[in-house]
Amino acid sequence: MKRLTGERTLYLYTWLIIAWLTLPVLIMIAFGFNDTPGRYNQTWEGLTLKWYGRVFELDELTKALVISLIVALVTAVVAGALGTGIGYALGRYAFRGSGTLNLIMFATMSSPELVMGASLLTLFVSLGAGLGVVTITIAHIMFSISFVAVVVRARVLTLDRSIEEAAADLGASPWTTFWRITFPIILPAVSAGMMLAFALSIDDFVVSNFTAGTTTTFPLWIWGATRVGLPPQVNVMGTLIFLVGVLIAVVSSVRARPSRRG
Amino acid sequence: MSRTRRVLAPYLLILPGGLWLLLFFVVPMVTMLSLSLQQGDVVSGYVFTGHWQTYVDAFGNYRTQMVRSLIYGAITTIVLIVLAFPVAYWIAFYGGRRKPTYLFLLLLPFFVSFVLRTISWRQILTDEGMLLGPLKDIGLLPDGFHILGTPTAVIGGLVYNFLPFMVLPVYVALERIDPRVVEAARDLYADPATAFRKVIFPLALPGVFAGVLMTFVPASSDYVNSAVLGSSSTTMIGQVIQSQYLVSSNYPTASALSFTLMGVLLAGVFLYARMLGTEDVMKVAAR
Repeated sequence: MKRLTGERTLYLYTWLIIAWLTLPVLIMIAFGFNDTPGRYNQTWEGLTLKWYGRVFELDELTKALVISLIVALVTAVVAGALGTGIGYALGRYAFRGSGTLNLIMFATMSSPELVMGASLLTLFVSLGAGLGVVTITIAHIMFSISFVAVVVRARVLTLDRSIEEAAADLGASPWTTFWRITFPIILPAVSAGMMLAFALSIDDFVVSNFTAGTTTTFPLWIWGATRVGLPPQVNVMGTLIFLVGVLIAVVSSVRARPSRRG
Repeated sequence: MSRTRRVLAPYLLILPGGLWLLLFFVVPMVTMLSLSLQQGDVVSGYVFTGHWQTYVDAFGNYRTQMVRSLIYGAITTIVLIVLAFPVAYWIAFYGGRRKPTYLFLLLLPFFVSFVLRTISWRQILTDEGMLLGPLKDIGLLPDGFHILGTPTAVIGGLVYNFLPFMVLPVYVALERIDPRVVEAARDLYADPATAFRKVIFPLALPGVFAGVLMTFVPASSDYVNSAVLGSSSTTMIGQVIQSQYLVSSNYPTASALSFTLMGVLLAGVFLYARMLGTEDVMKVAAR
């Protein structure tokens, strides 16, 4: 009986934590429906859908969102490709230098973002490179590669090599074996890694803050507008990004689950 | 021919990604180290002089913020362990078939931008806002009461933003525990508290270590929470570094501060690893 109450308390506690984590998200969503007259969006004035119709009204904000999406897309593709190469090599081959590579990857994942952003800024300043979309993308690809590599390596390590050997025995060249056998098997990990890179990039603030110059991404625009107050359009965009993200996550996890039928 | 290809294959695969990491992670770090030892200004350029005094001055001028950041980071990490452990424990042992659902709910806030979530907290916590306003109206709190601008607000924001990073690794460690090991302890007359202290907690330690690694470093170097939720009396070293770089363009000092911060944080992490005294926690963390 006593154990049961303990379990019950933990159950309620877990839900309390979940509620606490979700509260600011709900507030953000709610204030996208706030019938506020102008830019000041702090107190509840009643329900409206008008901000959803006027979501792209602020040109600078829309531009920032578009830049964020482009950077995240390019980051997902490039970091996806480069990270897959590293992850595959680390999972498949034992080679000299793999220790150093692991160490560098570990360092990129555990270094303070602030220090990574700052060091990239020093490099770009020393080279006299102009800051903008290109430098932001370079930086995002850099911090995403290791995450993609880790996800892909985990998958390659569980790969049953006898399938590849069977393909080779049946006369397939290494090239054919890779594209027809190995790649389809590791594809879920590659796409998971790419989605992770996309998510890391679109949410990034710190590294972008250092490498953007005068260019603004979505989080940077929000940061810059904090002092004057966030317009409801930000809440609407935040809500839409949230919903799309949740939808993709739910769909991919349902598809990844083995079918119970049959 | 095939043999050379076999030897070369991993290097060809890692070449583009490895080069990217070398050029945009290793080289910048070296550049920053070098710049921290140079003198000059943005207009007339910098000359390498091996001027160590920059470090001494930078640390001397911003010691308060540096120490404050480490204290905030440490408090955040301890609060995180205390808050996250029961959640991870309940999901791992009682979550049943719903485990993925609970983990998903914990990760839900991550679909909203970090900056936006922190600003949302400011909206909740403002002096006459939706939380404090009603409490003041019914007289539960004095009129002058405020949370924003205090260390509590900043640490609360840090705890909020990094909680899932502590829950997940602890959960992974707890999930791996074979329930029979715990049953065996109970059969050998360990009461629940002893079974927890002697069996479950030690087995969860690698997870706690990974959690500390994933939270202490980013929390100590954060500047979003202290800027949005804090005041001038809660300024953290990240804010100093950010403004030295982006506002004052005082690169040598900013670089020296960045390096000092990273050095201190790495030293802290290694000290902690030493304290736990195991090599494999490092391996778990690296995984």
